[in-house]
Amino acid sequence: MSLIPTELKYASSHEWVRNDGDGVFTVGITEHAQELLGDMVFVELPEVGASVSQGDDCAVAESVKAASDIYSPLSGEVVAVNDALADSPEQVNASPYTDGWMFKVKASDASELDALLDAAGYKSSIDEA
Amino acid sequence: MAQKTALHASHLAAGAKMVDFFGWDMPINYGSQIEEHHAVRRDAGMFDVSHMTIVDLTGERSREFLRYLLANDVAKLTVPGKALYTGMLNQQGGVIDDLIVYFMQDEFFRLVVNSATREKDLAHINAEAKAFNVTVTERPEFAMIAVQGPNAKAKVATLLSAEQLAAVAGMKPFFGVQAGDLFIATTGYTGEDGYEIAMPEDQAAAFWQKLLAAGVAPAGLGARDTLRLEAGMNLYGQDMDDTVSPLAANMGWTIAWAPSDRNFIGRTALEQQKAAGTDKLVGLVMEQKGVLRHGQRVVVEGGEGIITSGTFSPTLGYSIAMARVPATTGDSAEVDIRGKLVNVKVVKPAFVRMGKKVI
Repeated sequence: MSLIPTELKYASSHEWVRNDGDGVFTVGITEHAQELLGDMVFVELPEVGASVSQGDDCAVAESVKAASDIYSPLSGEVVAVNDALADSPEQVNASPYTDGWMFKVKASDASELDALLDAAGYKSSIDEA
Repeated sequence: MAQKTALHASHLAAGAKMVDFFGWDMPINYGSQIEEHHAVRRDAGMFDVSHMTIVDLTGERSREFLRYLLANDVAKLTVPGKALYTGMLNQQGGVIDDLIVYFMQDEFFRLVVNSATREKDLAHINAEAKAFNVTVTERPEFAMIAVQGPNAKAKVATLLSAEQLAAVAGMKPFFGVQAGDLFIATTGYTGEDGYEIAMPEDQAAAFWQKLLAAGVAPAGLGARDTLRLEAGMNLYGQDMDDTVSPLAANMGWTIAWAPSDRNFIGRTALEQQKAAGTDKLVGLVMEQKGVLRHGQRVVVEGGEGIITSGTFSPTLGYSIAMARVPATTGDSAEVDIRGKLVNVKVVKPAFVRMGKKVI
């Protein structure tokens, strides 16, 4: 059973969102998602300063198995990306919720958060899949 | 219900992630495909290949039959134990399967064919064998473990009896020998040294356990695919199939044209294809970020081709592929990756052998 931390919010497309405060949210992919994808070999991240809308494909995770779009769970501006993934994409596999984070969004509409799943909701969404 | 090999419980015990592979429940990896790949290139890894189909052919005319059935010529097999890689073609010159044939002893040959093509292979072999009075016997009671890597043979040696050690001593590549209960062959699908070992099913789990204890890393189908692709070895169903000529699949070297009076299935069609010219299977190398994948479009001067197999090469650190392209293709091409044309180098389809880069 893969880990689904209760303090995070989730998109059904397997991204997680952490509230860092001040309207900034960190985004990554779930442990379940990295298990499905297998070993990560490249992660293509958005540009810092890019503006994204909720549901936009804004990053690509290339694993040994496939290239997968990563969708922004929130609208806003990308304020940071995890440059360390350029040299160590395997962090996404090893620590999907910590060192394997992908980008940070300064949210323009905090109410979008309500549309995301909590841990229990995400868990049931992957159990059904 | 998926079929299970004799090693199914061993895979689960090793933490395997299992997937359906043409009706078999097989390990795709045991945690990290890339680490398993490196284990084989740098040390020793093992694959459960028990799903592969072993077919024994016996009869006075078995050699004559195989000289008709296969595009390579078993007349080359003069020493017992010697093996040959070959295509088995249809009358249109397409590849029904690729296989290894072993000359076991007089009037006895062994074929190892793909599991995904088992039914059509057996149907074809049985149909063609009748005219030669050759007996076709599938051997599902054998499990098979491939142990591959620079230290594979040394680690296997720690498990063998004195008699078995003597039997494999000095065995050259592409030979097989029956040593006690084990049929040990110097073949593989990784581009590394090693053995493929067939054994009675009821001994497989214990043998696997001993290999584990000897420091051989379990490796799944994922690593098997990246290793074979680095080695430039074809995967049936992806790099060639019933509709593809071996000449367009980098298998020209497996066709024995001489003697010219040997009639084998597909010969007439092949001669026509050779005269008319065919596409060719090449290697692609992309050193920039991204991964070449099966099915991507390849754009070359004056035409187009397609990637038959593509992957990230763990040994090289960048992406490699095999692609079928027009014969006129030069040393560069472009690949359509998710709508973007990316430049790639065109090379011979072999990238890594014996742990070393060969491009």
